[in-house]
Amino acid sequence: MKRLPVLCLLLWLCALFYVGIYLFVSGFLLVRLEVNRTSACDDVLQPGGGGVGGGDGVGGGGGSRRRDFCGAKPRFRRTLLLIIDALKMDFARFDPSNKTPRPYENKLPVLEEMTSLRPAHSRLYPFRADPPTTTMQRIKGFTTGSLPTFIDVGNNFASSAILEDNIIHQFGKIGKRLVFMGDDTWENLFPKKFQRSLPFPSFNVKDLHTVDNGILQHLYSTMVGEDWDVLVAHFLGVDHCGHRFGPDHPAMGHKLTQMDGVIRSVMERLHNDTLLVVMGDHGMTDTGDHGGESQKETDAALFLYSPTPLFPGPPSQSEPEVVPQTDLVPTLSLLLGAPIPYSNVGQVLLPLFPADSQTEGAAAGLSQLEALWVNVKQVDGDIPRSVQAYLSSVRETCRATWARFNPLKMAAGLVILALACLLCFLVSQASGALAAGARGMLTVPVATAAAVAACAAAGQVLVRGRVELAWCLAPAVFASELAMLQEPVSPSAFKIHPVLSIPQVAPRQSGSAHLVPLLVAALRCASLLSDSYVIAEGRVVTFLLLSLGLYVPVRLHWDGHLLPPPHEPQKPPAGLLPPPPPAAAVRREAGVLLGCLGLLVGAAYLSLSFHACREEQGACQPSPFLSPLSRMQDSRLKNVHYGLSLAALGLWTHLLRRWLRHYGNLNASGGAVWVACRVLPLVAVCLGLHWAVSATPEDSFRNLAELIGQAQVLLPRAAFALLGLGAALLWADPLTIYQRMRRSLEDSEQPGGREVDTRPAVEAYGLGTVYSAPLLLLCGLLGLGLLLLHPEGMAVSFLLLLLEMGALLHIHAAATGLAGLQGAHSGDFSVPWTPVVLWSLASSQFFHATGHLPTFPSIQWAAAFVGFPGGHAGTLLPAALVTLNTFSSHILFAGIRPSVLLSTFMYNVWSLLQVLSCVCAAAVLRRHLMVWKVFTPKLMFEASGFLVSSAFLLVGVALVARVDLAVGRWFRRLLPDPTRRLSRLARSNSTRQVYSEFAAI
Amino acid sequence: MWDHEIKAMASSHAIIASCIFMATVVPAVFIPGFSVYGTHLLWLYCVTAAVSVVTVSVFWLLGVSQPTKKITLSYKLSRLVRSCLYLLLSCLFYHTVVVLYGAPLIESALETFSLAVLLTSLTTLRCLCVLGPNVQAWIRVFSRHGAMSVWDTSLQITVACSVIGAWLGAFPIPLDWDRPWQVWPVSCSLGSVIGYLTGLVAAPAWIHFHRKQLTYKCK
Repeated sequence: MKRLPVLCLLLWLCALFYVGIYLFVSGFLLVRLEVNRTSACDDVLQPGGGGVGGGDGVGGGGGSRRRDFCGAKPRFRRTLLLIIDALKMDFARFDPSNKTPRPYENKLPVLEEMTSLRPAHSRLYPFRADPPTTTMQRIKGFTTGSLPTFIDVGNNFASSAILEDNIIHQFGKIGKRLVFMGDDTWENLFPKKFQRSLPFPSFNVKDLHTVDNGILQHLYSTMVGEDWDVLVAHFLGVDHCGHRFGPDHPAMGHKLTQMDGVIRSVMERLHNDTLLVVMGDHGMTDTGDHGGESQKETDAALFLYSPTPLFPGPPSQSEPEVVPQTDLVPTLSLLLGAPIPYSNVGQVLLPLFPADSQTEGAAAGLSQLEALWVNVKQVDGDIPRSVQAYLSSVRETCRATWARFNPLKMAAGLVILALACLLCFLVSQASGALAAGARGMLTVPVATAAAVAACAAAGQVLVRGRVELAWCLAPAVFASELAMLQEPVSPSAFKIHPVLSIPQVAPRQSGSAHLVPLLVAALRCASLLSDSYVIAEGRVVTFLLLSLGLYVPVRLHWDGHLLPPPHEPQKPPAGLLPPPPPAAAVRREAGVLLGCLGLLVGAAYLSLSFHACREEQGACQPSPFLSPLSRMQDSRLKNVHYGLSLAALGLWTHLLRRWLRHYGNLNASGGAVWVACRVLPLVAVCLGLHWAVSATPEDSFRNLAELIGQAQVLLPRAAFALLGLGAALLWADPLTIYQRMRRSLEDSEQPGGREVDTRPAVEAYGLGTVYSAPLLLLCGLLGLGLLLLHPEGMAVSFLLLLLEMGALLHIHAAATGLAGLQGAHSGDFSVPWTPVVLWSLASSQFFHATGHLPTFPSIQWAAAFVGFPGGHAGTLLPAALVTLNTFSSHILFAGIRPSVLLSTFMYNVWSLLQVLSCVCAAAVLRRHLMVWKVFTPKLMFEASGFLVSSAFLLVGVALVARVDLAVGRWFRRLLPDPTRRLSRLARSNSTRQVYSEFAAI
Repeated sequence: MWDHEIKAMASSHAIIASCIFMATVVPAVFIPGFSVYGTHLLWLYCVTAAVSVVTVSVFWLLGVSQPTKKITLSYKLSRLVRSCLYLLLSCLFYHTVVVLYGAPLIESALETFSLAVLLTSLTTLRCLCVLGPNVQAWIRVFSRHGAMSVWDTSLQITVACSVIGAWLGAFPIPLDWDRPWQVWPVSCSLGSVIGYLTGLVAAPAWIHFHRKQLTYKCK
């Protein structure tokens, strides 16, 4: 009955940590204060810019001109904003000398034709986006003219309305009729702002045509009509094509050619008073992704065209080389006669304005900075350079000072995290004692927390009139931690709990045994403080893992445990020394140890070839296994990859079953065995078929298209359903024990049974692995499910993961066994830290080796569409799928952890330490150049990884508790009530068997 | 207790260390443009050659190696062949280990192999000189109670120092400092040589200060 308190304790510790992370993150992640002020027509010429006043140009006092501004006839009555998502500058350039263009090159000749034939009417610019280059941030950026913030990235799939002043709002206010069609993100950002809007779902990346064809159906007819002033059309095909196939694919060529046609037809239908803007919102990397800040991602194209002359002359020296995206807002506003949105920090695009007229470029700074208003007057070509420089410097200042931390919250979060770490360590050192008395222990801290939280809330209400959650949680958790620290750990309650703290080794050990694992752990934590090491994290972790792995046999040999002791002729008198262990046994264990070490080293080395690349790593090629099969064009290579993945998948299933059979678990009948024999292979078959179906090129089987489409939906869903069924069965009947009544001695296979009485004896098979078999099955099921969310090539990596897990466990078992065989105290070598650190390093290593990186652009969004190629209605399910995909390594290593590793708490201490060092890195280096690119994403990933893995740890612990319950019931059924004492004996026997099981696996 | 041996060890170590120093300085006089970073491989080969020659000759003169029972020509020859074979295998072993630790597999294979050769000359050659071509003895030496003379202890210390030095040398490689010594394998070979030098100094010192505690089983 001690399972529940232990679970509670674990939950409580996790909760402490969640609160700490929450506090820190809420103080650390910048919150941009949106200014709700809007510009109005009479703001525009408000004096305040200092010396640039005066009555030149248009003349007249402020009052009369104020009314003039919105009333005056603007240069263009209408504008058509054609946004082609991810229209990279490279796509828009046309190079006639290029005879063998790549699929994405020279596909938009219309732009080049226009700029060369009608230079006064059109111009093409590189259009530089500000990171993060995700579509929603970009739309926000080029409609408000401000810079997006980091926290906005998270909202990408739950975009909420823009409250800031923006160009759409300004157009609406001066009476323009707005029409929108395309990406439905706009509809979420500007609800009810458009007269007419035709949104199409944007989330389904695999769908190249729905949005574009939908736009094309309505675009031309709308254009011909007269009931619009501003038309926004947002095409998604190019972006989706990039995500699905990458830029270097024939499909991209087709898509760009289609866009070329669209631009041509639109130009034919343009009226003289209309301005056409063709623009990309961001670029894409060579793999078709975006979100980061490399030049490939930020450089989009901007093309301006009008049937009336737009530019005073042909391109001159004063042309800007690159146009920042924020500059579109003031330019468009002034061209259409609208006030510039309040929060704009861009400057007007000067070449568009004739030198003799006057233009106002206004820039509004931040609320923190004070509102800044500048009027740029261009009189007789005399552009005040200083004003331009000023506008640029405002932009830079905004970039630099957007950050506003809340140091108090950050400090509180850090303190709570550090205390939680300490507590967790103390708990791990006395886990047995705590397990025994946990119920009583938790009452005081929890009560304290509740009381303090109530007090804090009341105090806040009295003083400030409102309650802030963070400041209620912080004192509550802090008080709770202090209360827990006061809690005496009574040694009399020290009892070993069979599940959670079995191999709890006495903490007193020789210092040198701890030294190297702790050194490696310290190195790992220290490496999180340097951006270079975080960037190279995948390799760093593998390096440390190999070092610690090789240290195990070296250390064993140093202690003289690895080899059988030499046969000495002059034997010391018997009795003084224990008899030397059998040399054969030592040799066998050492062989197992070295073999597994080889396996570990091989798996770790091979896993290096599955890494993805960060943008900071210049000369790095992402693993070819990372791209899904449907992107591959060479059909032979495709077949090889598919065969490899299938082989890995088959081996995964086979190895699991082989292991179960080896330990006699497959003889039993019951839910778990049924899962192993039927569900597991069936899921594997589903997976293989699904890969085959999703890899078929779309146009090769035209007549089977419908079938293929259905299979893409049904196969993964069938796999998910089977996995759910398997998990349910496993939970319902986790026992894998085969029992047999032995009637007489003759049946017995091994002679030497001493009981000669004819009472029937019971033989049980698979009892030794009764705890680990269900966990392993769970791990197998989970692994297949997670593999489904990955690109096909990752099957090999998952197989390596399984092998490495097995190798680590065997190394641990063999090392402990060897130390035990050589007569040393069994706890002498089984340094609790070595396996813990190894296990966690392996988990980080496979986070990288499954193609993930701690950066936001590298999140594999495709996982959200496995089984749902049509997209989702809500955001919960896709978010869950993407989370599962991202943290699959954490999940697998956490799920199997409770059975094998020493102390759950010990492992927690170590994961907490890693998160803590990430937090420290972010806190200490918060003004570092790389803080937003490297440390913050790392912190977010580490913290979420901890969250996910602690959740799955609880699942694993719960499963073990369930098995424990079932085993207890089984024994009770076997030995009826009168022999209750015997039952307890048997129970303790089983505990011992669990011990041996840990040594075995 | 072993004052004589410690003195011999200290002087031989001084000779080896000075020859590493010479191997760094002397070629700079004769070869224009010679530098540790710029012509790293050349420096590496110089050090390797110097250490090999001096180690072999010093240990041969000192006569540390175990006396052989049979002194026939064929026995000597077979010992020589076995030694060469072990040296080669050790180079391959180090190469494999370095590649497993993350060195590039195909490109700069020459650099990796040079590092392996350097490590072999710093560690395996000394093993050969002290213990002879006897792998069993090598394995035996590297355990807590495996040392049977002060030379074995010094072997333990220098080998461990060189390997740990090479391991530590890998640390600065990922840093973005753009220093010439961060190029593969400069930092690792420098690390191993510095580790070896440390070992040369540390071994006699450690033995000197622990000479009261040291006890060796007789063979």
